[in-house]
Amino acid sequence: MIAEITRIRHKYLRHDKKFPHVWCPGCGIGIVLGSLIRAIDGLGLAKNDLVLASGIGCSGRLPAYVDFNTLHTTHGRALTFSTGIKLANPSLNVLTVMGDGDATAIGGNHFIHAARRNLNLTAIIINNQIYGMTGGQYSPTTPYGSNSTTSPYGHIEHAFSIADLAVTSGASYVARGTVYHVPALDKLISRGIEKEGFSVIEIMTNCHTQYGRRNEMSDPVTMMKWFKDHAVTTTRAKKMSPEELKGKFSIGVLTDIDKPSYTEEYQKIRDRAKGREVKS
Amino acid sequence: MKPTLLTGNGAAARGVRLAGIDYLPAFPITPQTEIIETLAQWIQAGEMDCRMVTMDSEHSMITAAGTAAATGVRVFTATSSQGLLYGMEMIYTVAGWRAPFVLVNVSRALSSPITLEPDHNDVLAARDSGFLQIHCSTCQEVLDAVLLAYRLGEDERVRLPVIVNLDGYYLSFTREPVLIPSRKEAARFLAPYDPGETHFRAGDPVSQGVAVLGGSQYSYFRYETHLASIQALSVFNEICREYEKITGRVYEAVEGYRTTDAEIVFFMLGSFATKAKDAVDHLRKTGLKVGLVRPRLFRPFPAQAIIRHLADKKGVAVVDQNLSQGKGGILHAELSSILYNEERRPCVLVSFIGGLGGRDISVEEFFEMARVTVQAAESGKTPAPRLLYTHEELARMRGLQSIAGNRSPGH
Repeated sequence: MIAEITRIRHKYLRHDKKFPHVWCPGCGIGIVLGSLIRAIDGLGLAKNDLVLASGIGCSGRLPAYVDFNTLHTTHGRALTFSTGIKLANPSLNVLTVMGDGDATAIGGNHFIHAARRNLNLTAIIINNQIYGMTGGQYSPTTPYGSNSTTSPYGHIEHAFSIADLAVTSGASYVARGTVYHVPALDKLISRGIEKEGFSVIEIMTNCHTQYGRRNEMSDPVTMMKWFKDHAVTTTRAKKMSPEELKGKFSIGVLTDIDKPSYTEEYQKIRDRAKGREVKS
Repeated sequence: MKPTLLTGNGAAARGVRLAGIDYLPAFPITPQTEIIETLAQWIQAGEMDCRMVTMDSEHSMITAAGTAAATGVRVFTATSSQGLLYGMEMIYTVAGWRAPFVLVNVSRALSSPITLEPDHNDVLAARDSGFLQIHCSTCQEVLDAVLLAYRLGEDERVRLPVIVNLDGYYLSFTREPVLIPSRKEAARFLAPYDPGETHFRAGDPVSQGVAVLGGSQYSYFRYETHLASIQALSVFNEICREYEKITGRVYEAVEGYRTTDAEIVFFMLGSFATKAKDAVDHLRKTGLKVGLVRPRLFRPFPAQAIIRHLADKKGVAVVDQNLSQGKGGILHAELSSILYNEERRPCVLVSFIGGLGGRDISVEEFFEMARVTVQAAESGKTPAPRLLYTHEELARMRGLQSIAGNRSPGH
């Protein structure tokens, strides 16, 4: 087991250059990183064909640690960088890691349009429900009524559901996991990478430093326990009444549909155009 | 009066509180965030009668600030670096509306590469927008500049938004003793905002943000804004004298330090000027006649005051904490353009680029800049622009490149 962990670490991480990482002790982003490289290892993808782009914030740091082609971009724009890469070179596997602020506030427009276009990209959205790195300001996923540095007496705005937003915007594959349910998370990410079309994996993560501390969950264990107690699998959720589901959130695959991806459709146009050229 | 220990961010927030603002659109970004956090706490505790909304981005934040100001209320907002650039479309737009408000920019260097530490390329990107710019070198100055900025921008001869700039980390997170004016003193200096004709009112409809085509109307409005900015120079001097009467603190558009008999002068912006002063004092002890000239006001550019300070000097060491790629230091270019036609212009201007991305400028480097400038003045030969960068730094850089596997172009 230890040998296996070491093998994966040495194969996929810039283990001798970039560590220790910058995340707080107990941060869930490391768990996401672990899941991500296990998923990639499981799929047997070549490192040179992988691109990992990120935006800004705690999640933005993630590409620094992995030995793929990586890009640490500006706040909210990760998906647009990925779009450029994917369209210029469709044979690459392009993964985009964002935070909740990145994907649904400053980069919200890019997010819904990438989903609508059904670009063949994988978006991994690490949702810690707060702006962690800048000091705990509320983000678009901060729950109603909870405390942050910019809502010290309770938040009066309502939160986005990232996964629901992705479904409505037209993504082919949408899943939600948590850093507590790790084996399931490995599978959700793996399926998302495999999927043809725009896939979104929303990952609920603990930011005990900025979110938990202000909301009576000041350590990682308490937050993990909260995920454990409030997450309901999509299968179980179907059998529950709205009253029973109140305050809970579902995990698992929320949408998995087949429809033509932008990348495929674009290739068809190119092929047709080339065919015409040959005829004339 | 007893001073209070405040960070630059804390001083900015204090100034804003004293200004009695009505509305605060906000968005977090390092190293500015402490300002909006501090204000959020005061607002939530009922200590400030103000509305605050955290927007979805700086673009929306600056838009909201401009539109709120256009309805005739007193508005504040703050940002840094990428945030200022992300909102740049609106920086130009709202300046054209002639709706005054104050934006504190906590300077931080721009991507790429990504960093959190300061230099002045962010704020200088707003140079040509129509916003006025006040640059601070101490925490005291930050507090005072916020109050001055409201008076200046709201003056009916000016009516322009103002950026108050302070250096990230070096000022934003450094505590210094600050004298906080009493509420009464602040109110004596800064009366409630009288927006005059700037308002939204049913029954008195106005149309804002109209398109003009053909160039003639466009030229007229753009030049009007320019004239208003130029006008802000004399207004600034006027309000500074008034501020002095109330607080005893003297501000001028250009700060001169030991310049009267100086032969060599450092010319620079921002907080590093306090280090330059220290270097000036050291160099004076060795018998070298050195001084410092620092524009507080950068837009409008206080050309006449600078020309007076630099008349007949042997040499000027221009220290730019910015880099216009393909040209050089921005301050150096600005200074050269106002001196060219002056008979009593300094013999040489020597250009130094330093303090990029939070890199320190040591006192020893100020000594070296003085030495190079003396040499240039004596020989009459101006050396090529120079980046302040040590052999040790370059060796460390080469070490890092060897770890990374050197694939950068040009090596």
